[in-house]
Amino acid sequence: MAPPMLELRGITKQFPGVLANDNINLAVEPGEIHALLGENGSGKTTLMNIVYGLYHADAGEVRFEGRPLRMTSPGEAIATGIGMVHQHFMLVQAFSVTENVILGMRCRREPLLDRDGGATEVQALSAKYGLKVDPRARVWQLSVGEQQRVEILKALYRRARLLILDEPTSVLTPQETEELFEILRALASEGRSVIFISHKLHEVLSVADRITVLRRGRVIDTVRAATSSKEGLARMMVGREVVFRVNKPPARPGPVVLEVKNLQALNQKGLPALKGLSLEVRAGEILGIAGVDGNGQKELTECLIGVTRPVRGEVRVAGENITGLSPRQICRRGVAVIPEDRHRQGLVLPMQVAENIMFGNFYRPPFSRRGFLQLGVIHDVARRLAAEYDIRTPSTDIPVANLSGGNQQKVILARELSGQPRLIVAMLPTRGLDVGATEFVHRRIIDARNSGVAVLLVSTELEEILSLSDRIAVIYEGEIMGLVPGDGADVHELGLMMAGSKRLAAVS
Amino acid sequence: MTAHEPSAARRSSGRIGPALRGIASSLLTPILAVLAAFMVGSVVIGVLKVNPLLAYGHLLRGAVGNLGQLTTTLVSSIPLIFAGLAVTLAFRASVWNIGAEGQLYMGALLAVWAGTALRLPAGLHLLVALAFGAAGGSLWAAIPGFLNARRGLNEVITTILMNYIAIWFVAYMIHYPLREPGWNPQTSQVLASARLPILIEGTSLHAGIILALAAAAVVHILLTRTGLGFAIRMVGANRQAARYAGVNVAAVTVVTMALSGALAGLAGASEILGTRYRLLEGFSPGWGFDAIAVALVGRTTALGTILGALFFGALRTGANVMQASTGLPVVAVYFIQGLVVLFMIAGSAANFVRKSAERRKEAGTVDRDTGSAAIS
Repeated sequence: MAPPMLELRGITKQFPGVLANDNINLAVEPGEIHALLGENGSGKTTLMNIVYGLYHADAGEVRFEGRPLRMTSPGEAIATGIGMVHQHFMLVQAFSVTENVILGMRCRREPLLDRDGGATEVQALSAKYGLKVDPRARVWQLSVGEQQRVEILKALYRRARLLILDEPTSVLTPQETEELFEILRALASEGRSVIFISHKLHEVLSVADRITVLRRGRVIDTVRAATSSKEGLARMMVGREVVFRVNKPPARPGPVVLEVKNLQALNQKGLPALKGLSLEVRAGEILGIAGVDGNGQKELTECLIGVTRPVRGEVRVAGENITGLSPRQICRRGVAVIPEDRHRQGLVLPMQVAENIMFGNFYRPPFSRRGFLQLGVIHDVARRLAAEYDIRTPSTDIPVANLSGGNQQKVILARELSGQPRLIVAMLPTRGLDVGATEFVHRRIIDARNSGVAVLLVSTELEEILSLSDRIAVIYEGEIMGLVPGDGADVHELGLMMAGSKRLAAVS
Repeated sequence: MTAHEPSAARRSSGRIGPALRGIASSLLTPILAVLAAFMVGSVVIGVLKVNPLLAYGHLLRGAVGNLGQLTTTLVSSIPLIFAGLAVTLAFRASVWNIGAEGQLYMGALLAVWAGTALRLPAGLHLLVALAFGAAGGSLWAAIPGFLNARRGLNEVITTILMNYIAIWFVAYMIHYPLREPGWNPQTSQVLASARLPILIEGTSLHAGIILALAAAAVVHILLTRTGLGFAIRMVGANRQAARYAGVNVAAVTVVTMALSGALAGLAGASEILGTRYRLLEGFSPGWGFDAIAVALVGRTTALGTILGALFFGALRTGANVMQASTGLPVVAVYFIQGLVVLFMIAGSAANFVRKSAERRKEAGTVDRDTGSAAIS
C-alpha cells in the first residue's frame, strides 16, 4: 500500500500559556478529502500552519509521501507540493488573474514575463477543473468566490498534490459552496489530497471522506463521513450535547420600531452600496438579513446607527426620523449596536473592562459629573454587569484585550443590552465565538426580542439567520431581494436570492 | 507605540506593592535607555581623546553642581515641560503634534505683544499675557487639528510645515511691526507688571516652574479623571470604536490639538515672560522638537514628561560646563540625546513584543481557548 500523502506524528506546539497542538497524529491518503473539524481555537489552523511551514512544531514529525519533512518556510512547502488557500486571500488586487498565478514562479522567457504562456496554462487548468474565471480580469474586479478560485489555481499551477483550504466556505453562497465541492471532488478523483478546515458540520459531512475532530489542541477521533452524524460530530467537537434549534416562543410582533425607506448610501470607495433599500422591523421580532459579505450589510448598519450618512432615503425609529443624526443622538434614542468586528468597532482593547462597559455613556450621570468621571460608580456598575452577563474576568480594571473572545462579546452585550434599547442592530454577533458563547449570545438576543425589543440581525451565517429570525430578508448588491418567514424558509431559495439570481415579486 | 495604557499602575489600585512595581517597571526602559546612551556616548568621547568619566563628571557638576547650575537646569526645563506635555497630550489622542515649535513661537509672539502693548495692573497683566500666549499656540495648533478632522490631512505634515510659517512670521514681526527702535531686530521689553516673578533671589528661577508643574497635574487629571480625557484616550486607542460609541472624533481631535497648542504656547510665553522679557529671532533652541523626545522618554505620561524634561534640561545646561572644562563640544550632548531616543524606541519595541507574549499568556489563564484563537 502506498504511504499516506501526509502523515503527522506526535505534533506538539506550545504557545506562551497555550498548548495549541498536543501530540497530534493524522494521516491523509492520496485522493482523499479530509476534513479538520473543530471550534475556533481548537488548533486546526495552527496545525496546518505547521504543515505549510509557517510555524515550527516543538515536537513531532511531518511526513509527506513517506519522506520526513523539515520545513522552514511556505516556499519550501510549495516546492514540496503543498498548497494552501488561506481564509484571507493572498492576492495582489491590482494584478490580473494570470499575473497572480504566475507571481514568483520562474518562466521560460526570464527575465521577461511570459504572460501569454501563463494565461494559456491558467485557461487550461481552469477548464480542466471547472474553475471558471477570466485569466485577464483584475483580481479586484472579481467576486470573492472567483478570488478563491484564483487561489486554488495558484496552488495547482505550483503543482500542489496536497491542497489545504482554511474555512473556504465562510465567504460563499450555498451555490458557490456546492461548486467548490465539485472542484474539490474533481481534484481528489485524480489522486490529489485535500484538507478542508471547517467548523460547519453539514459541509464537512457532505464533502469529506474522513473527518478528524480537534478539541482544545487534541485529536478526539478520526471518523468516516459516511458513517457519522451531525449530532455525533458536534458532541466530539464541544464535548457535550448541543441543541441545534434555538428554543423560542412564537413572535408577538408589536408596532413598527425601525422603518427604513428607500435608503441609498455609498461605500468607502464612494460607489453605491445601498440602492434604495426599504425594510421594517417590529417590536418583539427578529428580522434576519441574509446575504454574502459585502453586499451592503455594513453600510446598512452604519446608516442605522449614524456612523455613515445616507445619500438619500429615510430611517425612522419609533416614528421619529433619525436620518442624519449623530451616533450619540441615535444611541440616546434607544438604538443599540453589536458591531461587526468587536476589535475594531466594538471595543477599545487597551482600555479596562469597566471603561469598555460604559463607553457610550461616560459623558453623562451617573458616570460623569461636571465633566469628571465617577470612577467608583463606573466600577460598581461594571462589576454588577459583569456578574449579570457572566463576564469571566479576574477584575473589571484589566484591559479588555486580556479577555477571551466570548467574554469580550459579553462586554459588548452588557453595554448595549443593559441600556433598555428599543432596537438592537446586531451584525455578525457570534463571529469567531465558540459554541458555548454563541449559545449565550443567541439566548440574550432572543430574551431581548421576547421582552419586546426589535432586532435587526445581519449575518453571513445562514444557520444563524435560520435559527434566530422570525422573518428573513435577503440582501444582494444593496437591495432586498425578497422577504420570507423564518419558519420553514427554503435554503435553496435563499441561496438563489443571495446570489442575485432570483427576486421575489412582493418585496414589502 | 500606542497610547500608553494606564493599566500597569491602575490594575492594582488599592494594593501599594504592585502599584509601585508598576511604576518601577515603567521607569525601567527610560533608565536603561539613558544608561545605554551614556555607555555608547563614552566610546565616542573616548575616541575624541577625552576621559569619558571626567566629561560626565563635568556634565553632572554643570547640571546640578551648585544652586546656580541647578536653577539654570530648572529654568531650561520649563519650556521643555510645557512643550513635552503638549506632545504627550496630542499623542494620547494618537495625534502627532510635531508643530510644538511653531506653536511655541506664536505663543511667545502674542505673549510679548500683550506684555509690551497692554497697560494693566501687575498680576492681572501677567495672567493676560500668559492667556495670550496660550491662545496663540492654541489657535495655531487648532488649524492642523481642523484640517485633519475635516479634510483628513495628515497632521504630521501640516504641523511640520506650519512651524516654518510661524517661525518666519515671527521673524517678520520682530523685524518690522514690533521692532524696538535700534540696531537689533528684537521687540522691546515686557513691562514689569507682566513678568513672571523670580522665586529665589540671585538666581534665574522664575514662577514658570510652578505653572509647568501645575500644567502637568492638570494634564494628568484631564486624562485619567475627566470625560474629555476618556474621549481623548478612546479616540487615541481606537478611532473607529470611538465613533461607534458616539464620540465626535473630529471635535475631540480639534479640541485635543487646541489644548496641546495652548501648552506649547505657554512654553514660549513662560520663556519670554520669565527669562528673556523680549522676543528675538531664534529664541528657542528647538524646544518644540526636543519636546517630542521628552514625551517619548516620559512614555507619554504627565509625570514622565516632567522627568524627561528635567533630564534634557540638565543635559543642555551641563553641556556648557563640560565644554568649558574639557573642550568637548556641546554637540556631544546632542549625540547622547539622540541615542537616548533611539534606545527608548528600541526598548519600547522590545516591551511591545514582551507584552503581547504576556497578553497571550494571561488570556490563556483566563480562558484557554482565546490564546489559541488569537494564534490559529
